[in-house]
Amino acid sequence: MAIKGGIDARPNPVGTIIGAAAIALFFSFPYLLMFLSSLKTREEITRIPPDYFPVTPQFSNYLTVWSSSVAPGSSLLATIVISLGATLLVLLIATPAAYYVARFRFPGRMVFLFLVLITQMLQPTVLAVGLYQQFSGWRGYLVWVALILINGAFNLSFAVWIMQSFFASIPKEIDEAALIDGLGRLQTMFRVSLPLVWPGIVTAIVFVFVNTWNEFAAAFILVQDNALQPLTVSMPRFLGMYIRDWQYLFTVAVVAIVPVIILFSLIEKRLIGGLTAGAVK
Amino acid sequence: MTRPSAVTALRSDSARPRKRPRRSGVLTALPWVTPTLLLIAGVVIYPTILMFWTAFRKYNSYGIEQGSAGLNNFIGPAGAFTFPTVPWASVWTNTVVWVVVVVLLTLLLSLGLAQFLNKDFPGRKALRLIIILPWASSVVMTTTVFNYGLQTDVGLFNRLLVDTGILQTAYGFTKDPTSAFWVAVFVAIYVSLPFTTYTILAGLQSVPRDVLEAAHVDGAGAAQRYWQIVLPLLRPAIAAATLINIINVFNSLPILKILNETPGFNTGHTTTTLIFAYKSTLGPGVASALSIFNFFFCLVIIAVYLGIVKPTKEVQ
Repeated sequence: MAIKGGIDARPNPVGTIIGAAAIALFFSFPYLLMFLSSLKTREEITRIPPDYFPVTPQFSNYLTVWSSSVAPGSSLLATIVISLGATLLVLLIATPAAYYVARFRFPGRMVFLFLVLITQMLQPTVLAVGLYQQFSGWRGYLVWVALILINGAFNLSFAVWIMQSFFASIPKEIDEAALIDGLGRLQTMFRVSLPLVWPGIVTAIVFVFVNTWNEFAAAFILVQDNALQPLTVSMPRFLGMYIRDWQYLFTVAVVAIVPVIILFSLIEKRLIGGLTAGAVK
Repeated sequence: MTRPSAVTALRSDSARPRKRPRRSGVLTALPWVTPTLLLIAGVVIYPTILMFWTAFRKYNSYGIEQGSAGLNNFIGPAGAFTFPTVPWASVWTNTVVWVVVVVLLTLLLSLGLAQFLNKDFPGRKALRLIIILPWASSVVMTTTVFNYGLQTDVGLFNRLLVDTGILQTAYGFTKDPTSAFWVAVFVAIYVSLPFTTYTILAGLQSVPRDVLEAAHVDGAGAAQRYWQIVLPLLRPAIAAATLINIINVFNSLPILKILNETPGFNTGHTTTTLIFAYKSTLGPGVASALSIFNFFFCLVIIAVYLGIVKPTKEVQ
């Protein structure tokens, strides 16, 4: 029997190009619309029926939005503070745990790992009412602390999981040499192991930061004060209130997604490696 | 396949095979793992207990606790599962349809997408980056665009649908609970595709080429190779992606909340969105009672995940 081509045979390069273009368009159209709409004037965006493209792109929207009726400055600050706080908290707490779990067997290690996995699959949404009962008394900026703790706790597991798999991949002999040379365990972790597992740490940082940046349910139920709400919570509120200033909603949306898209694209290779254990969004 | 590529690379560099971790006592382990345990205990386990307690307590309209409620928060005259104006038949249907349709269609589309992305063609890397967009972006922001685009007057998607002749006149998708629900299904699939596709792509890359080539030489066609070799090898990736998606989709709040503009109980709620509607109308007791159902559902899925996917296998 004649065997044509190989298992990689692609009979139709034109079809591939059309397919790729269609997929690219499908996965970008809401964001293209978001960006184009953010450049419209108020008259353009509220015209009925609407125009597809802005006549002269109003890049100034990105400057005027801060003093507009939407005033997203405080929300952006909330999002940044909470995301940085949660990421820092997770790094401080998860790194030693991941290192130790990767290096040692101890009674309860599997229980610990199971607990970590269960936490990872649970989400703030399902515990939202319990979290409300626990944290509703945390007023003012304390609510940011509450959200840092909540996002930290729910993202901690992924960080422990991913970092321990990186730590486990470093030959133990490297550690042992450092110990023999007189470094303590903690110093060995910081000065010998950490520099070797930085791809794992970057992955963990990006995931925790992006997940916290995008978190909605806990922030929605906890933050009553408009001025303290992160972007994900104030956005739906803007949607209800400032229906005439759609162009500003989109500048806010663009500001809200660009940083995380950049971060996420940095770890794209690791996404292909497969993060099933922790890719909970 | 659950291990990032960099790990594999690092491992192949090391000359000796990896040994099992050394033994240590609980006491020496404590300083390293206690902070993690404390955070989990304080912010995951404690609110869970609090939620169970709340479900059996009575609250006045100011949220002040007023003694035991027995099972009233569950099945009383104003209970979570018996409140008169809540159409439970449709809430159950919505919840099942929401999870099943979104997760299944996401999986089917992702299988095709991953197959396509696994080929080598110019621009493949760029395409993979573009596909990440809905994954990285906040679901709230993505859903907001759809809400705007589907407005009757200023919405560009509505204009496009009219211009292309698909619709006669602009339609208020978000004003009608039924159409809003189906738009939400579309958006939920849309934001679930990247993660699922990437997971299956990782599975595809672990399919050994020589096996496929051998089957090819033996005369197996592309379809046969896919059904009999590729798909069975993809089972772990599919199981992991599907179970994680079930949890995520089941717990999804913002998509339905932002797209459905009609207030009230009779508007395409799932058990998850209903929790938040209860919280603001009937108080924490009733909302907790419903949360307990959601909590146990999640626990079941997690148990299935731990049993089938066995993520702990590689750390033995």
